[in-house]
Amino acid sequence: MRNYENVIYAYIIMLLLIICVGLFQSWSIALTILNYCLISAVMTIGANIQWGYAGLINFGIMGYTALGGLAVVLVSVDPVKKAWQVGGLNILGSIWIIVAIVFITRFILKRFEKSLIRNYFIVFLIIAGVILIRVTATPGIEAIESVDPAVSGFLGGMGLPVLMSWIIGAFLAGALAFIIGKIALGLRADYLAIATLLIAEIIVSIIKHEEWLARGVKNVIGLKRPAPYEVDLQKTQWFRDFIEKIYSNKLELVNTIAQKKIILNQLVIDASSIFVKLCFTGLFLSVVVILLIVTQKALYSPWGRKMRAIRDNEVAASAMGKNIVKEHLLIFILGSAIVGLAGAMMVTNDGLFTPGSYRPMRYTFVIWVMVIVGGTGNNFGAILGGFVVWFLWVEAAPISLFLIDLFTAHLPETNMIRSHLVESAPYFRFLLIGIGLLLIMRYRPQGIIPEKIIKQ
Amino acid sequence: MDFLNAIIVLFNYTLIPALAYGSQLALGAIFVTLIYAVLRFANFATGDMMSFGTMFTVILTYYFQSLGIGLGVLPTALLTIPFAILMMILYMLIIDKFVFSYYRIKKSPPVQFAMVSVGVMFVTQAIIRIIIGPSDRRFLDGEKFIIKATEFKEMTGLAEGITLKSTQAITIIVTLIVVSIMFWFLNRTKTGTSMRAYSDNEDLALLSGIDPKRVVLITWVIAGILATIGGVLYGLDKSYRPFVYFNNMLPIFAAAIVGGIGNPYGAFFGGYVIAFAEILLTYSYKKFVAYLLPSSLEPNSLMQLLSTDYKFVVSFSILVIVLLIRPSGIFKGKTI
Repeated sequence: MRNYENVIYAYIIMLLLIICVGLFQSWSIALTILNYCLISAVMTIGANIQWGYAGLINFGIMGYTALGGLAVVLVSVDPVKKAWQVGGLNILGSIWIIVAIVFITRFILKRFEKSLIRNYFIVFLIIAGVILIRVTATPGIEAIESVDPAVSGFLGGMGLPVLMSWIIGAFLAGALAFIIGKIALGLRADYLAIATLLIAEIIVSIIKHEEWLARGVKNVIGLKRPAPYEVDLQKTQWFRDFIEKIYSNKLELVNTIAQKKIILNQLVIDASSIFVKLCFTGLFLSVVVILLIVTQKALYSPWGRKMRAIRDNEVAASAMGKNIVKEHLLIFILGSAIVGLAGAMMVTNDGLFTPGSYRPMRYTFVIWVMVIVGGTGNNFGAILGGFVVWFLWVEAAPISLFLIDLFTAHLPETNMIRSHLVESAPYFRFLLIGIGLLLIMRYRPQGIIPEKIIKQ
Repeated sequence: MDFLNAIIVLFNYTLIPALAYGSQLALGAIFVTLIYAVLRFANFATGDMMSFGTMFTVILTYYFQSLGIGLGVLPTALLTIPFAILMMILYMLIIDKFVFSYYRIKKSPPVQFAMVSVGVMFVTQAIIRIIIGPSDRRFLDGEKFIIKATEFKEMTGLAEGITLKSTQAITIIVTLIVVSIMFWFLNRTKTGTSMRAYSDNEDLALLSGIDPKRVVLITWVIAGILATIGGVLYGLDKSYRPFVYFNNMLPIFAAAIVGGIGNPYGAFFGGYVIAFAEILLTYSYKKFVAYLLPSSLEPNSLMQLLSTDYKFVVSFSILVIVLLIRPSGIFKGKTI
């Protein structure tokens, strides 16, 4: 048990911090932070599998997150029948053309000797294919995008329950990771980082600009939820009774019935939003716990030992007969699938899909900071990193505002330096995270909770 | 006549912008490649370092304008660049002293360097936003155009005109000067040769008495010059906005790798490859084709291979293709 003492302490401190937010700011904010912490934790588990277990540097986390989010739209939104009628055929046709090009190229690559003519032919084939796709797809896309452009203008999804999308999001991300892994995994570490960073950018920009797919930058709002809606909850009898019971002491102090009703209504509205957030917390927590158990088991299984052996010495592992390429690809897919799951969870939590908000800063680099700060190779560490860094990311602005007020208290309100600093308070989060990362890298490179090797 | 018009359309809308944009990318790419060759890591703070140097230029330009000092037809920024470069080099040396030197002495793996540079990226971004804020700033003054389309039309009597913005001309000329001085320095001077030796084989260079500290120092100095000038030229041509600079890092990386990372010639060439590919593939050829074909065959579509939204995608796809076919880049860079 002593081994886990510092882990337990670290988590208790983290929990206390979130409770502090609940006490000093509001419980609603505290729960929002907690939910995002849990989502970040899932992302860090995914990144940690790749970086901590196998030493693969994947800066494409943003791409998988966006793809997971896209899955929510594609799965849960009801299909737009009219759009399918006017343009569905063209889109399906273009998809077939893409598949055909890929297969013909593969066939040519396999069948013919390497030569200049072959390369030119493939280039010609791809250019011809792009033109063909444009010719087929453009009328369809225009027709789809003109169906109710203010609210719809896209093909819609499959109309399935939203929880299904979490699984499908993971599958989509895994499939993408398979393609990217095939292309990029042979590269040296820092090249892999750059290549994945740029490929993620390609994916996000496709999602952003293909409006027939998921409305692009016009965003999809009002997605389905696995939890009840606040409005419905406020009308439900058992929930009202429940709130009345909890606050019975407080309500007894109020004399008139009319006033009682007003206060109760307000309480029910507040409580309903907290209840919905708690539902999400429960869902996310169960995902995190399941993932933690599975990854922890995997880490200390023969497979986990094999991965660590490959990470620590590729040459030796390969001499022992381990297929490094295959294992790397597998772990790349697994980690990315978990990140895709997290992306789907996040969009479900927000209830809206905003492709414009996917930026490498927030969705790639911050996640990496979480993994490094928390502890590479240790799942408890990675999750803690997700909690700590997300907490700092959100609370940095209020904290820095407080500090600025403290240090510039002697200056008048209208002082230029003071007002400038107050205005730029939101940017102190970058400073905080950056300095935190640099300090951790320098003085505790193994992270807050370092990797533990259990000898068996 | 129509043929001439068609050529001028192409010249005006693709060649000139691509040359200017390519020069800006090339300077950034040489900066990346130099750091990679000598200090041996991929610098993820590239975009923000360029932004940092530009920020000083912007602030100093505003200050000079308030004093009434200027260069007349030329933008004031050209006058303030040297001061900004000094600040930039100072900043880089401070960062190197407190952050990178520790890992260099420890001989950490390149991945660790890359992560550290991510930390530097965060800090630099924060400092920039705290000092100047995230908003869009224009700091171009002086004459805006060298050739205006209307004047050109009057002069030649053609239907199409050429517009040459002064920023485009300045970009191309300054880039050529800076890059040729740098190549001369790397190839012809003793210090440059010692830098190349250090990048080729560190141990041998140390054996032959090259002082590593000096090499690192000079690398940062050159990097500071390139980063600031590249950033300022981009800012003059478009506008200065911190967020955009972070995004520009991506095509710059693509340029450096496409050219062959670690090879300055490759980076210079790669910048233009990326710029021309981006602009030629996303340009709408409707006007160009309309001049060449008889009016009965005039196309009714935009004649565009990819929509302009996919500008960045083009450069990243080129990178992926190069990584697949020839991972060491067009010019042989360091082997991967």
